[in-house]
Amino acid sequence: MGRDAARGAVLAVYEGVVQDLIDELGRLPNIGPKSAQRIAFHLLQADPVDVRRLADVLVRVKETVRFCELCGNVASAARCRVCLDPRRDPTVLCVVEESKDVVAIERTREFRGRYHVLGGAISPIDGVGPDDLRIRELMTRLADGSVTELILATDPNLEGEATATYLARLVKPLTADGALRITRLASGLPVGGDLEYADEVTLGRAFEGRRSLDV
Amino acid sequence: MSLHRADGIVLRTQKLGEADRIITILTREHGRVRLVAKGVRRTSSKFGARLEPFAHVDFQVFSRRHQPLGNRALDLITQAETIAPYGERIVNDYSRYTSGTAMLETAERLTDAEGEPAVQQYLLLLGGLRALTSGEHAPGLVLDAFILRSLAVAGYAPSFYDCAQCGAEPTQDAPWRFFAVAAGGVVCPNCKPPACAVPQRPTLDLLGALLAGEWRTADASEERHRREGSGLVAAYLQWHVERGLRSLKLVER
Ligand SMILES: [Zn+2]
Ligand SMILES: [Zn+2]
Repeated sequence: MGRDAARGAVLAVYEGVVQDLIDELGRLPNIGPKSAQRIAFHLLQADPVDVRRLADVLVRVKETVRFCELCGNVASAARCRVCLDPRRDPTVLCVVEESKDVVAIERTREFRGRYHVLGGAISPIDGVGPDDLRIRELMTRLADGSVTELILATDPNLEGEATATYLARLVKPLTADGALRITRLASGLPVGGDLEYADEVTLGRAFEGRRSLDV
Repeated sequence: MSLHRADGIVLRTQKLGEADRIITILTREHGRVRLVAKGVRRTSSKFGARLEPFAHVDFQVFSRRHQPLGNRALDLITQAETIAPYGERIVNDYSRYTSGTAMLETAERLTDAEGEPAVQQYLLLLGGLRALTSGEHAPGLVLDAFILRSLAVAGYAPSFYDCAQCGAEPTQDAPWRFFAVAAGGVVCPNCKPPACAVPQRPTLDLLGALLAGEWRTADASEERHRREGSGLVAAYLQWHVERGLRSLKLVER
């Protein structure tokens, strides 16, 4: 076998691995074939130490991180940090779509209650219905009556609003004797923007979600 | 480079990259198109909530080449004005939301080719959303009427009276009793295939009324006939689209 043929064999293997990498990257959310190719070639040219670190953390995250058995948030133990914290108010429950929403709300330092992570929003056109979300788990948590306020903090877009509509109706029987209050985050108007530039839908939602001000 | 202006109804949105979305719109003049709205997921976006599903919008598109609208996926929406925010009156009612979503998916699936004019389908959807948000009829009935008429516009008009196969008129003043999806509706005893449904008479009357827009008959129908009818409508639609509709089984009636 000549040298060229041997190189050809090596080259074929090499191409196969690169293609595998591009295929795997292309499976990630919001990454198309072009982006996958760009990231793959970036990794090929990167420092091996950096790539090794990335590979390690990918393996570690799958081995050590799981979802909190109570709220569905990402956790490094059976329960997440918020659920384990005795200073968090167990009577107030904030429902969000994803773990990254927990992070966003935690950053405000406004909220001292606990969370329930649904794992998405109801989106029939994508085949996602109520049974695909952690709604049964939510009802179980509400069953013992210890929660007195349920904050629906789903995204302020169409799917998030529809999910809030569904949940509000589902939970309504529990509010009959005044034991549970349902609230929705006041949404819409970006701070620092002019009212006249807000679009009609956002402005309408802001009106619906208006809270009374103590004077 | 050129600017186009058009109006249409947002059928679907899909996340793209960090903050963008691909917006699928059924337009009045150019049929179904897919466009990109840059930065639309940021709370500071100038588009706000204007480009969400169900929205009837007047929008401007920046095309990089001189080609009909929608020939490429990545033309950019540069401006959008709300004509009617139907979503607002849909999202607060779960039955409306699920029925309405099935209407959007039906419209998307029955306008196969991107950029090909589909003005009748567009007008049907607009009428359907108006009916859905007016609250005058049950959302499930609005959906079934929309599906039947959309199929008719697409060339698959079902028959609920004469034989769908040979055109024979029924002998008594009642529609033929046998319903065969593959044949295109009710069939006479001569054309009847071995396997077919035998729906109740009021169900066939209801479906005929929905197709013809006779709302008085439809609104007066009983729950059990609506249920049987929606089953037949779903089966008929599934027969004519390649893959099943995801939203249809999530419709709350
Ligand atoms: Zn937890
Ligand atoms: Zn016949």
